[in-house]
Amino acid sequence: MNETMKVDRRDAKLAMAHIYVAFIALALGGFAGLLQVLVRSGKFTLPANISYYTILTTHGVLLGLVLTTFFIIGFQFAAMSRTAGTFSNQVRTWGWVGFWMMTIGTAMTAFFILIGEASVLFTFYAPLQAHPGFYLGLTLVVVGSWISGFTMFAHYAKWKKANPGKTSPLLTFMSVANMILWLVCTLGVAATVLIQLLPWSLGLIDRINVLVSRTLFWYFGHPLVYFWLLPAYMVWYVVIPKIIGGKIFSDALARLSFILFLFFSIPVGFHHQLLEPGIDPFWKYVQVILTFMVVIPSLMTAFSMFATFEMYGRSKGATGLFGWLRKLPWGDARFFAPFVGMLFFIPAGAGGLVNASHQLNQVVHNTIWVTGHFHLTLATTVVLTFFGAAYWLIPHLTGRVMTKTMNRLAIVQTVVWAIGMCFMSGSMHFAGLLGAPRRSAFSTYGNSPQALEWIPYQIAQAIGGTILFIGIILVLVIVTNLAFFAPKGETEFPVGEVAETAERTPLVFENWKLWIGITVALILIAYTIPFIDMIQNAPPGSKGYKLW
Amino acid sequence: MHIHKYEKIWLFFGIGSLFVFLTIIGVSAFAQGNQPPSCLTTIDPEKVDETPPFNKPGLVKTGDNEYQLNIVASAFAYTPNQIEIPKGAKVTINVTTKDVIHGFEMAGTNVNMMVEPGYVNSFTKTFNKTGQYTIVCNEYCGAGHHMMTAKVKVVNKQ
Amino acid sequence: MAIPQLQNTKPKVKMTKESPSLKGTLASVFLLGFFLMFTWISIYFLFLDRL
Ligand SMILES: [Cu+2]
Ligand SMILES: [Cu+2]
Repeated sequence: MNETMKVDRRDAKLAMAHIYVAFIALALGGFAGLLQVLVRSGKFTLPANISYYTILTTHGVLLGLVLTTFFIIGFQFAAMSRTAGTFSNQVRTWGWVGFWMMTIGTAMTAFFILIGEASVLFTFYAPLQAHPGFYLGLTLVVVGSWISGFTMFAHYAKWKKANPGKTSPLLTFMSVANMILWLVCTLGVAATVLIQLLPWSLGLIDRINVLVSRTLFWYFGHPLVYFWLLPAYMVWYVVIPKIIGGKIFSDALARLSFILFLFFSIPVGFHHQLLEPGIDPFWKYVQVILTFMVVIPSLMTAFSMFATFEMYGRSKGATGLFGWLRKLPWGDARFFAPFVGMLFFIPAGAGGLVNASHQLNQVVHNTIWVTGHFHLTLATTVVLTFFGAAYWLIPHLTGRVMTKTMNRLAIVQTVVWAIGMCFMSGSMHFAGLLGAPRRSAFSTYGNSPQALEWIPYQIAQAIGGTILFIGIILVLVIVTNLAFFAPKGETEFPVGEVAETAERTPLVFENWKLWIGITVALILIAYTIPFIDMIQNAPPGSKGYKLW
Repeated sequence: MHIHKYEKIWLFFGIGSLFVFLTIIGVSAFAQGNQPPSCLTTIDPEKVDETPPFNKPGLVKTGDNEYQLNIVASAFAYTPNQIEIPKGAKVTINVTTKDVIHGFEMAGTNVNMMVEPGYVNSFTKTFNKTGQYTIVCNEYCGAGHHMMTAKVKVVNKQ
Repeated sequence: MAIPQLQNTKPKVKMTKESPSLKGTLASVFLLGFFLMFTWISIYFLFLDRL
């Protein structure tokens, strides 16, 4: 039975395929990011008439959509195979179908961006109109991810059947919760792409309702960030305790926090639309309240993490208020990278509260503060956790071991990342408070004294971005080594055990019908009336524009 | 479900603070009128030039020390783009767009709005200090997005 | 078929009376909480200042 501790070789191949695409996206998207910070420093111009906004679209799509979705699905396939058993042939085949659809969709989307037919950024706000191939490619990515989602559900259902009355393995439970979140929220983006944007870009319909399209996008856009975050939480809750040699603080609380994320991460899209003319302020405030509720599971997570660390440290004889910190395995990159990710989640969370707070949003909306914010959440917290996971996941899947040298390099990589991000994200936050806009090429705005004040911050961003690019090269070296060159051997897929002091997990957590029912109810409460209002009081629609 | 005593304390404090924040912004919005811009007025984006007040964009005096500033955004400019406001004026800024989505941000102030085709957006601010402000477009609108700007001068009235 | 899972095979847990000492955890989360409050209040005052 020890075999089941290891991901089956055929399942490992499927997971690795996803991880390869994810890291190729990181390489290309990271390079695009480097070009952006250099342009915005004002000291560098792109050669051969390449547009800043083409590069920006490439960066956003490859890192926000491709790196994340591929890594997450690959990671969850591996986690489910590890904890709920080897996939059936049928499940695995559908997993590959999902993978190829996503990959073909990605290639298609990237092609139309790179030939300059889709410089619409990764939010593709109408009435800017991209080539239909761009929308079609995105559709394939999303539909492919749905197939992978249903594949995971099927595997979970099989486990339930074989284990009646039992609580599912924690990682499997969390993967299922995250895929439900993903399925429910991508319905919004699928609706705007398939019903509005695609037919409109093909010329089948003339005009588009801009506000409805944006609202459907943001119905998807906020849970999207939780779809990125939850796999990082899986690593924190389940994997990190095992790596440090401790125990999971509470299985039940971990499940509860995932269910709360499912409830509250979707009916909150208006906090991205607080400054829009067509939404009633009352409904904006309702969604601000719901947004604040999604902070609660993160407060719980923070407590669980510290508790895991403290309990471990004390079991090793730590004394004093913070003595347990010294007992943590600082030299182990599998721990260190995600831990630094956790630390960065503190300022990230603080910024998130500001962004969601009605009037405070007015200070920062669409300034580069926001860019700084999600480079903390996604590009540090989530990404460093994914890197930390890759350090054991890739060798586990390829039957290799990470050498001491690579581990040391991974520690250096983490430090490089942290330093680069302090420069880049820090200066973005401050420049944003002074008013510097996001998503803009270098400009002095007609030598405006205010805009000239932003330039030193932009140079700091370029320095930070360059350091981060070195970080990307380092992680690519490590990942390539782990995938192809590291010595053969066995690497553990760490899955934590629950602490003895923790309570037994109630079975109610497996009641998905109830959870989905509550999720849908909350969505209907938050969206029905304002959505009807948008359609009933709609202005004349918009034609498409290609202004790049 | 069993929850550790300290975790209860933490959640009580954390959730309590969230509600304090919500109360502050709620009171500020609904009682003191600091709502985010939500004008809800619609307009035909292709007929902006014919629709008042945007057929004659600019600063209009509407009362004692009260003004309306009507601005048309289009790729990649604001009309008008040089504006003088007398010090102490209470100005209601109305903006709309003729084409794609634009932003309207008066850098370093709370004036920050999304400008979307089909809608007028609106925000009121009193200018108590003389000085210069830069208006920038903070929503990507195309190749010239970063060139889209206007200047506001707050001057002592004669 | 059924794969034994660590979480599931764990013995029924007795409700322990002595909860583990989590003083450090409490201190840590409160430091975090104060940081969140500090940031939020700073930006709120920035908003008020710009009114
Ligand atoms: Cu959000
Ligand atoms: Cu613009």
